[in-house]
Order: sequence, then structure tokens, then C-alpha cells
Amino acid sequence: MRTNPNLRHSKDFLAGLLFLAIGAAAMVVARNYPFGTAMRMGSGYFPTVLGGILVLFGAFLMARGARSSARAPMTWGWKPLACIVASMLIFGFLLPRFGLVPALVALFFTAAAGGREFRFKEVLALTAVMTVFAVVVFLYVLKLPFQIFPGVYFL
Amino acid sequence: MDVLSNLALGFSVAFSLQNLAYCLGGVAIGTLIGVLPGISPLVAIGMLFPLTFTLPPIPSLIMLAGIYYGAQYGGSTTSILVNLPGETASAVTCIDGYQMARQGRAGPALAVAALASFFAGCVGTLLIALVGPPLGEWALAFGPWEYCALMLMGLVGSAVLAQGDAVKGLAMVALGLLLGIAGTDVNSGTVRYAFGVLELMDGIGFTVIAVGLFAVAEIVMNLESREPRQVFTDRVPRLMPSGEDLKQASWPTVRGTAVGALFGILPGTGPALSSFAAWMLEKKLARDPSRFGKGAIEGVAAPEAANNAAAQTGFIPTLTLGIPGSAVMALMVGAMIMQGLTPGPGVITEKPELFWGIVASMWIGNLMLLVLNLPLVGLWVRLLRVPYRWLFPSIVMFCALGNYSVNNNAVDVYLCAAIGVLGYVLAKLECEPAPLLLGYVLGPLLEEHLRRAMLLARGDPTTFFTRPISLAFMLGTALLLAAMIAPALRRSR
Repeated sequence: MRTNPNLRHSKDFLAGLLFLAIGAAAMVVARNYPFGTAMRMGSGYFPTVLGGILVLFGAFLMARGARSSARAPMTWGWKPLACIVASMLIFGFLLPRFGLVPALVALFFTAAAGGREFRFKEVLALTAVMTVFAVVVFLYVLKLPFQIFPGVYFL
Repeated sequence: MDVLSNLALGFSVAFSLQNLAYCLGGVAIGTLIGVLPGISPLVAIGMLFPLTFTLPPIPSLIMLAGIYYGAQYGGSTTSILVNLPGETASAVTCIDGYQMARQGRAGPALAVAALASFFAGCVGTLLIALVGPPLGEWALAFGPWEYCALMLMGLVGSAVLAQGDAVKGLAMVALGLLLGIAGTDVNSGTVRYAFGVLELMDGIGFTVIAVGLFAVAEIVMNLESREPRQVFTDRVPRLMPSGEDLKQASWPTVRGTAVGALFGILPGTGPALSSFAAWMLEKKLARDPSRFGKGAIEGVAAPEAANNAAAQTGFIPTLTLGIPGSAVMALMVGAMIMQGLTPGPGVITEKPELFWGIVASMWIGNLMLLVLNLPLVGLWVRLLRVPYRWLFPSIVMFCALGNYSVNNNAVDVYLCAAIGVLGYVLAKLECEPAPLLLGYVLGPLLEEHLRRAMLLARGDPTTFFTRPISLAFMLGTALLLAAMIAPALRRSR
């Protein structure tokens, strides 16, 4: 078997590695749960079997990736990914502490920064329109118990 | 006649003012989603799904179903006019539809697409009404063995028949099953994979998985690829097709409907594959196949009929057996569970007003779509001008707010972001997310039935092969696996 050194460019190999790692972790954690028997399955039985299946498929994919010569340099969109994820995390942090409007303003500006172009006035207008929309829909129509600004529950 | 009285019940439910309004809302949103490129019906249902929690089960499911088949209609509009499929199921329509538009026949193409969709939608709805009850009755006799075997077949089918690599699909199913059983085990009370996080004791939320896996990952994928080329036809074209057009399109519509109806019931195939199969069939049957790809009206009618028929018949296994065949249907099952319903054969007998109400509303929804799509086509086309840089922050808002509102808790938003990262990495590694979602929805059910089956059989797994129906499903599963391995063997020889 001839192995290609650039395994980090093989999608099969990387996917297999990911599945193998998750499966192995699932099996290790499942050791804490009673396994039982085939007749009386404990809560550890099914997860252990699933983890084992993942390990097998992962190993198969890794082997297939290593044997084939298909390599394509991967391009990752780290910037959009980081911006979208950060916008959600900041939103989740701000909403219970400072209310809907500050949380949404932060969400829109952080998320929009992940786009190809960032036009400040456009983002500002979009934020204003969608924030009003969200306040009307989520607070007045769906009656969710959010504060709007710190300490302000009704307008 | 039983079916008639049942349909009468359904229409009486669907014609209530409230349900009509939600049906209209659903199909309008669906059309909008279908037209806007970059938002798939899955993302739309996933992100709007928390909004329907406050509704009672019937209007909420009517609305979600409306979004789904509405998107099938809307997708065809952009395929024909600007060569941009709004979603994958209408990608085939681009081939001949856009050519027709370039020849100045956009109007007839749109009209034929809408009429073919409407015809297929009606047949699909009728099929659900006819096939659903006997299938549900048959399934009432299923023991845990049959359910396990059926779920296994559905899961393997979703991995093998869907686009993408089958081995990766199977691994995604296993990963989905694992995510599905996280949380408190109902049988023993053991808390699994919660890592001491209080909010994880109830398991990972359905919206967390659906939104993270599909919406967040899709937005990032869209942002890193180049902005889709925007081509605009502003002229609202003359709509009426000629008598000759209709004659040419009629048989392909019927055949497309048949192909779509068949594919819709099969797990893993769904509208996208069915529309392609229907187009290929027409090309094979045509007296002059070279016309295809150059604006053949049959090439618009058949795939449009097929994807709509498949969208409808996909509800058959979902509503009668509780076994979804595609990611969207998995979302519908998730919605039913969140509404406190148990999807399965019991739904038809225990909640006839729900089953028949949804079936009837689908027919009404199809009629609404015809009205919504043909005269208003100019309005929908204008929506194509909305740039993606305005759309995606708004989608993120719906994702974050929706997840937060389910339990009024920020942990779901954090989890969703984490699942989004996982979904993005998996998508980059060419692992299709749909089988994972199916596994996630069926995970607890499969474990439950497997436990019961093994307990009743005193730990003897051969029971799966001695009961006839279970054996049939097992053979079906084996056949699917053989279909997966066969091409690989041939290649290595």
C-alpha cells in the first residue's frame, strides 16, 4: 500500500478521522453506563454499539482516503464561520442580561462582518428594520418574556 | 364511502378560517423561500419552526407542510426565469425551462410548470388519502421487530440512495443516532452524554440540531463561495400556453407524477432525485431526444410534476408509520413530537381530524399556490433582487432567537453554534447532513423498539428473520447494502 503524505488534503481521510474520534469518545464515555445483556440492554449497550459502528466506518474511510490518490487542497471559510458563530454566542450572552435590542444590534453587526462586503449604513438600516420586526413578532405577537432594553419589558 | 366521509372531515377542519390563514401563510412563505436563492426549504422550516410552537398542533403542521410544498413551486420560478434553482429539486427544470425563457416562451413554461405541479399535487394528496389508512392499519399489527427492521431499512436507504458517498452516509446515520439518544434514558433514568450540563439532561434539542446543521453551515458555505451571478428578466411574460403546448405536456405530466409518487415513498430519494429521473425518462421516451436541453416543454412538465408528487407522497410513511424518508420529513416528525404527538400508525385512528385536516389542507394549499404563482409571478421575480448580504444576518437572527425561545435559555443558542461548526466541517468533508438528521429523530425510537424486541425474544436476534414482515424489511435493507457494495466491487475488478 502506497500512502500519500498529504493526508490532510484527503476529505475521506479527514472525515474518517473525525468519525473514528467521535466513535471512540462515545465508547469510552459509555463505559460509565451499565451495559446489560442482549436480552436486557442497559443504557450503555446501544451507545457502545453505535460508537463501535462509527469507529469501523471511520477506520474504513481513513484507509480508503490513504489508498486513493484523490487530494484537493481544502479552503476553509474561517472568517464567515467565526463571525456567524461569534454573533450567536454574543447574542446568547447579551439577551438575558441586557435585553433584545442590544443583543440584536450586536448580532447583526458581528454577523454582517462575516460577509464579503460590509457597508455600515446598510447594516445599520437592516439592523433597525429587523429589530423592530423582531420586537413586534416575538414580544407582541408571540408574547415571549424578553426584556427590550435593560430593565424595560414593555414599550 | 369511507374515504369520502374522511375527506369531508378533513375539509371541514382545513376550511376553518384559522387553518386557511395558516395554510396561506405557509405556502406564501414557502414560495418566498423557494424564490430566494440561498435559503433551502429545510433551513426555512428549521428556523421558523420555533415560531409554530405557540400554535395548536393542526395549524402548526398545516403551516410547516405549506412551507415545504410551497418551496417546491417557488423554486421552479427562478429556475425558468433566471437559471438559478431556488432549491435542488428544481435544478433539472433549469435545463429546458431556462432555454424556453430565452426563446421568449417563459410564460408558457411557467404556466406549464405550475399546472403540472398542481396536477401532481392533487394526485399526491389523493394518494395519501387512499394509501395512508390501509397502510396505517397494516402497521398497527407491527411488533417491535417490524419497527426496528423498518427503521433500519429507512436509515440505510437514506444513506445509500441519497446523493453523496454511501459509507459517509451510514457513518452520519450512526452519529445522528448517538446525538439522538443523548440525555436522560427513559428506561433506566441514566443521564447519558450530558457532561454535567443541566440543560443537556433533556437531550440535545431538535431545533438546535436542525438549525445548526443546516442553517448555520449553509450560511457559511454560501458566504465563502462567490456571490451567485444575478441575471434579471423584468418583463412579466405572457402566460397562456397554446393548446399545442398543453397537449405536448399532458402525458409527461402524468408520467412525471407517477415517477415522483414512487420516489417520494422511498426513503432517501425525495423530490431532487425524482425530478431528475422523470426528466431522463422523458428524454428516453421522446421521438426526438435532441430537443431536450433546448427548450422542450416536456422537460419542464415532467420534473415539475415529479418533484411535487414526491413532496406529497413523502408524507405517506411520515404520517402513517412515523418513519420519515427525508430530512424535511424528519423535521415534520420532530415538529409532531414537540407538539406532544406520537407519530405512527395511531395518528390516523386516534387523531383523524389531524391526519385528514392536513391532507385536505394540502389540496387547498396547492390550489392557493396556483393562484399565488401565476398572476403574481412578477412580484416574486422582483424579490430576487434582495442581495444575500441583507438576507444572511436576518437568517442568523431567526436561528438565534428561535433557539433561545424554545426553552427561554441561552444554552440552546451556544449549542446550536457548536453544532453549526460541526455541520460546516462535515459539509466541507462532503458528508451529507440529511442522514444524520434522520438518525437523530429515530435514535430514541430505535433504541426503545430494539430493547423491547430483544427482551420479548429473550435475547434471540434470529426473531428478526423469522417473522415474515420483519424479514421482508431485513431483506430490503440487505438489498440496499448490496446496491451500495456492487458498484465498488465492479470498479475494483
